[in-house]
Amino acid sequence: MNIGSLLGAVGQGFIWGIMTLGIFITYKILNVSDLTVDGSFATGGCIFAITSLAGIHPTLCLFIAMFVGGICGFVTGILHTKFKIPAILAGILTQLGLYSVNLRILGDKANVSISQISTNITFFSKLLNIPHTRAGMLLGIIISLICIVLLYYLLGTEFGASIRATGNNEKMIRALGVNTDNIKLFGMILSNMLIGLSGALLVQMNKYADVGMGKGAIVYGLASIVIGEVFFRRFSNFGIKLMSSVFGCIVFFIIRAFVISLGLKANDMQLLSALIVVMALAMPIFKENLNVRKVGKINSLNEMKQMSTADQLTKEKMDKRNVTEVGGGENA
Amino acid sequence: MLKLRNIYKTFNAGTINEKRALNDINLVLNDGDFVTVIGGNGAGKSTLQNVISGSIIPDFGNIEINGLDITKLPEHKRAKYIGRVFQDPMLGTASDMWIEENLALAIKRGENRSAFKWMINSKNTTFFREQLEKLGLGLENRMKTKVKLLSGGQRQALTLLMSTLKKPDLLMLDEHTAALDPKTASLVLSLTDEIINKSNITTIMITHNMRDALNYGNRLIMMDQGSIIFDVKGDEKKKLTVEDLLKKFNQTKDAPSDAMILG
Repeated sequence: MNIGSLLGAVGQGFIWGIMTLGIFITYKILNVSDLTVDGSFATGGCIFAITSLAGIHPTLCLFIAMFVGGICGFVTGILHTKFKIPAILAGILTQLGLYSVNLRILGDKANVSISQISTNITFFSKLLNIPHTRAGMLLGIIISLICIVLLYYLLGTEFGASIRATGNNEKMIRALGVNTDNIKLFGMILSNMLIGLSGALLVQMNKYADVGMGKGAIVYGLASIVIGEVFFRRFSNFGIKLMSSVFGCIVFFIIRAFVISLGLKANDMQLLSALIVVMALAMPIFKENLNVRKVGKINSLNEMKQMSTADQLTKEKMDKRNVTEVGGGENA
Repeated sequence: MLKLRNIYKTFNAGTINEKRALNDINLVLNDGDFVTVIGGNGAGKSTLQNVISGSIIPDFGNIEINGLDITKLPEHKRAKYIGRVFQDPMLGTASDMWIEENLALAIKRGENRSAFKWMINSKNTTFFREQLEKLGLGLENRMKTKVKLLSGGQRQALTLLMSTLKKPDLLMLDEHTAALDPKTASLVLSLTDEIINKSNITTIMITHNMRDALNYGNRLIMMDQGSIIFDVKGDEKKKLTVEDLLKKFNQTKDAPSDAMILG
């Protein structure tokens, strides 16, 4: 793995890290599994491609992508809070529907290239006279840092605290006068806004939009959060937790680049990331089983120690008898 | 002042499992009343408290607080008037948040929460510290401790403080000491009594323990099969003994549960 592909991976990590922040809001803070991600990520990207091709300023297009991502979250949120559809199913339904929508957005094409037009990344690339991927990384760093700072501030306010409390103890915060349905709806909108933005930035980076670009995004995001937690488990500061999910995303894409450099295909990453998430989720059970086994071993050790010499004698006798019996069997 | 008028609630109406949980409940609580509610399992105590707090909407009748009809108000909008402590110590606090953060959440009960104002500032931190000191549990030195590290009794004391941090028009205690060991339960109960008396808070305390129902409050209500069958106040309540209550219970169809006899 050379330095170029490493930097490329870091750049990808920062851009997808913004999506990870979005997933962090629903999955970790609100304690709701929102699977809209795969759809809204692609929607953000597709909208960006089409609007920027139409000649709208790319920065404005980023905001449009965010807005449309927010609408996707709004749809899932309404399905979940107003129609009481379980969050996972609500997300899957939206995601499924969005596939058709995304195809429509791209004009029934599976992918659309934007290599001809200038984007925020090409702007930075020209301004600083650096390669396209470096400029992409720079933009990714700037925007993800802005997102972390804004989220950190928001979650520390009176309103933000009620979002955290909703994920923590819904009944309690409702008894304190918060409409938890509205909070969840807001959380899903905010989350999918970030996801849409991340999709749009990825399109800038890759110079094309693809209807399938969001496939597996939720698993990538969850894997990133899990990896981040491994590194920053000891910190309880909220800002560090937010940063850790972006950091986890960078590590994830470095692993991905490494795996690809070993000769695996990029598509194999879906399996690998699924395994990472499975491992992380199954870890508590493994640990428990391990403890039980340890306790078992200690118990049997104690039993052996307690075994008196008399017991050992009888054991020896029994062993002998077994031998003679076996011998007798042979004779017969 | 809390007023309940002709409250009816039936669960699973029209099915074989039909259960009339509340049957023409009429109740007026004056300001500063501290009412203890007792009754067997299925007497309607919990339904009564859920109807008042808004998690259940009654089939008929209306509920007023300070002259305001709240019958159709959703749970979160009633929070402005009602402070609550639940039976389960886990339910009253956000376990992954600090003690300080929990108090900051509670002081805004029923108010708008600003998306621009930082939730913790030096002014309310000092106020929280003073209030925690009054509990006498040493929690004032652990303001930045996550609530999940506290014991059940400490959590219940904290919930109690949270529900009264901003004085409620009505405080509802739903068997809030039932999950605690006897020593902690009596500590939390005496704290409850202290807070209620000091701020003169109108209170409904549901309990399974007859002795607590007699020792605390100025009024006692006994429920059976969705109705209020006994309602005593003031001096009359002071003269009441556990034996009197048991006699009352035996007149009802349901025999009292073990906890009541032991209480």
